[in-house]
Amino acid sequence: MISTQLPALQVVIPLLAGPTCLLLHHSRLSWGLATSASWVALFISLALLDQVLATGPISYELGGWAAPWGIEYRIDEINAFVLLIISGISAITISFARASIEHEVHNKQVYLVYTGWMLCLSGLLGIAITGDVFNVFVFLEISSLSSYLLISLSRDRRALTAAFRYLVMGTIGATFILIGIALLYMMTGTLNMSDLAARIPSVSDTRTVKIAFAFLTAGIGLKAAMFPMHFWLPNAYAYAPSAISALFAGTATKVAIYLLLRFFFTIFGVEFSFETMKLDRILLPLALAGIFVASTVAIFQTDIKRMLGYSSIAQIGYMVLGVSLVSVTGVTAAILHLFNHALMKTALFVALGCVFFRVGSVTRGDLAGIGYAMPWTMGAFVLGGLSLVGIPLTVGFISKWYLIVAALEQQMWWLAGLVLISSLLALVYVWRVIEIAYFGTPGDRSTEIKEAPATLLIPTWILITANIYFGVDTSLTVGVAERAAQALLGNVS
Amino acid sequence: MLSLLTATALAVARLDQLFAAVMLFGIYSLLSAALFVVMDAVDVAFTEAAVGAGIAIILMLGALALTSHKQHPVPRSRHWMALSVVVITGAALIYGTLDMPLYADPNAPAHLHVVPRYLQQSMQEIGIPNVVTSVLASYRGYDTLGETVVIFTAAVGVIGRLGIVPEGKVGPKTGGMEHHLILRITAKLMLPVILVFALYVQFHGDFGPGGGFQAGVIFASAFILYGLVFGMESVTTVAPPVVVRSLAAIGVLIYAGVGVVSLLMGSNFLDYNLLGHEPTHGQHLGIFLVEFGVGVTVAASMISLFYAYASYQREK
Amino acid sequence: MQVFGLYNYWVVIILMMIGLYVVIASGNLIKKIVGLNIFQTSVFILYISIGKLDGGTAPILVEGVTSYSNPLPHVLILTAIVVGVATTALGLALAVRIHGAYGSIEEDEIQEQDNAS
Repeated sequence: MISTQLPALQVVIPLLAGPTCLLLHHSRLSWGLATSASWVALFISLALLDQVLATGPISYELGGWAAPWGIEYRIDEINAFVLLIISGISAITISFARASIEHEVHNKQVYLVYTGWMLCLSGLLGIAITGDVFNVFVFLEISSLSSYLLISLSRDRRALTAAFRYLVMGTIGATFILIGIALLYMMTGTLNMSDLAARIPSVSDTRTVKIAFAFLTAGIGLKAAMFPMHFWLPNAYAYAPSAISALFAGTATKVAIYLLLRFFFTIFGVEFSFETMKLDRILLPLALAGIFVASTVAIFQTDIKRMLGYSSIAQIGYMVLGVSLVSVTGVTAAILHLFNHALMKTALFVALGCVFFRVGSVTRGDLAGIGYAMPWTMGAFVLGGLSLVGIPLTVGFISKWYLIVAALEQQMWWLAGLVLISSLLALVYVWRVIEIAYFGTPGDRSTEIKEAPATLLIPTWILITANIYFGVDTSLTVGVAERAAQALLGNVS
Repeated sequence: MLSLLTATALAVARLDQLFAAVMLFGIYSLLSAALFVVMDAVDVAFTEAAVGAGIAIILMLGALALTSHKQHPVPRSRHWMALSVVVITGAALIYGTLDMPLYADPNAPAHLHVVPRYLQQSMQEIGIPNVVTSVLASYRGYDTLGETVVIFTAAVGVIGRLGIVPEGKVGPKTGGMEHHLILRITAKLMLPVILVFALYVQFHGDFGPGGGFQAGVIFASAFILYGLVFGMESVTTVAPPVVVRSLAAIGVLIYAGVGVVSLLMGSNFLDYNLLGHEPTHGQHLGIFLVEFGVGVTVAASMISLFYAYASYQREK
Repeated sequence: MQVFGLYNYWVVIILMMIGLYVVIASGNLIKKIVGLNIFQTSVFILYISIGKLDGGTAPILVEGVTSYSNPLPHVLILTAIVVGVATTALGLALAVRIHGAYGSIEEDEIQEQDNAS
């Protein structure tokens, strides 16, 4: 009986944990509750993925009302995978968060971090799991509002302006999505995704549906920090508390990319998105521009968290690139990179969290010689960085490999070449950190710096191990990503 | 009405005096509420008047009091950039309208699919006349749970950013208007009326416009009035900040708790049918409880917002 | 008829765009929030316009009335109004804090201080 209720529990458990954290009003207790809820959510998502792989898509009627009258939760391969990514990243980073947050956030506000964290988690899971477009909007706002709060809880005053800018941009994005939903509703009379997919073809030649498509793409693109709508991201990631940056790097933009896939492929369908709207012709140049511009900007950053922020924009470019190829291999590459990038970027951000814990800063100058003072931390950073570059035996390599194969399938040799060249840019910015950490002249304070405590190192190394494990054994990730891609593309053809 | 709206919006855009801009936005909000009544959306009008013209304006004025009153003029480069974005987006939208069903066309797809069931069967399935309440609290009750969580999140956020007065540390009696005899007497007379009205709105949502959200806002406004007139100290004695903040969380838990109970009874999350001895009875009970949860969270959140702004002012 | 039937939507679009203009052009944080509110309120009007039906009445079931306006957009907008005020509250709180930390709520002045530090 419980297994049929898993879809609701997936979201409701963190949703209940949020207000309870507030009631507990105690740093450690709130953390304990939030961590347990996070791990429970991870196990639920594993069970759901298992169920989907075994028996196909799951539908759950909230309130017992059948879709399209009620709200439906609909889980297939792709969002089961996304749920796993979100809850997995959340579970590991929240285990890391206790010491890091106590260090970076004002004591009296620590319990608010976990309240916000749980709300954010339920928001993100809610977006990924739902089969109703308006429900997407509601949960998008839960996750957004809690994100603004979480970013602003940092002690750095620049976090306030970063959060404010994110709030304004995020609200514009959400309102664009709201307009898109209005236009779709106007033309079809429904909000349910499957129902929309069935009804859009009959009105797909109207200007209204085309404009709805444009608004949804722009609105979600803004949320995904898709180039050139990325301006809010670097500062938001740079000035948020470390654990929060790690959480967002692995989850927030990923959910937005998932939404894009869902709208392009499931709701509007391949034919409309790519043949009528010729979306690939816009996405491909934007993706490439994003990869090259953001990677280049990343090289010149002195704040390493900010550098990783720009790197994320470039990595989102790879995912969009995979989508723009409109082939099973291309979409597989995009979904794989969704998972793989979550692993590597979260690993890098938690490693930086360790650095911040001891050094109190993550600017390039303060990292001189840190490689010897904090060997485990920087070792993790180096491995994570290599994964970001795409060195074999890491997950980064797997994503790039599928992306290049997808490009070659369509005889786009130049594109494969560009992907390789862009990896060199990543090598440059990762190398600049390694250089200063291992070959820089240590400052006066460097003798005081010790290795980070085990409570921080263990989650960091779990993520690094995952980076290598899934870089060698790809049966799970590639298997699921391929099935998801086939399901997405198979809807129409 | 639409041209009045446009004129107001333009005036807000042009004014550099923030105080006047906020006041005009209040008018804008009231005008849209009136427009909602014309378009038969009475529940929405009620909420817009309470929220847009009420709470939002109070918050904006509070923020202005804590910051500055005048904005810098818009730089020319930025003006053209913004104008070009707006013209392109606007043109795209107008292009999009060309294939739309005409305004108020009864044969528009939006009126033919999904909605007929709400209008024709909600009386048998749920048994209350206000279809908006049926859809809000039952058919799409899960969205409303999300909405309650959103307002709770905002309250948590504002408390997190501005802090909230700890009990017993309420400082000297300032800011109140307790010396104005007429104000005090009027306020004393108004308060019970407002509270009764809030309760009426809370429980009348089944039959007419109203429900937990509107009631929560009205309920909170009574406390805000009390605080404004009699000072923060008096209002925090009646409703201590810690209690209010906890109530905001409890409201969410009540709503989600109804869902959990329905799970435990063997039906889906937020399926109220099994809560009573027959489905419509269960629906009545479920809607009553979730609306109550919404009312508690909204009222508590709004009062918390007010406290947060007031206490931040005091710190300065 | 065509022009008249769409006129309503066009005005709503103009309102939205005034709001959006204020958000983008204004450097004052509170004015930006006011702009967001105008933008969102106008989208609410768009939704409610979709729900309007010729000869319909408010969707509260009464015997003898057969034609009601569409309640679904009303429900959606009730939710959206709440979301809007939540965003406003949080945005204003941030603006107040920014004023506390920087002594200004003008974007350019804040930017200058950040560059200086």
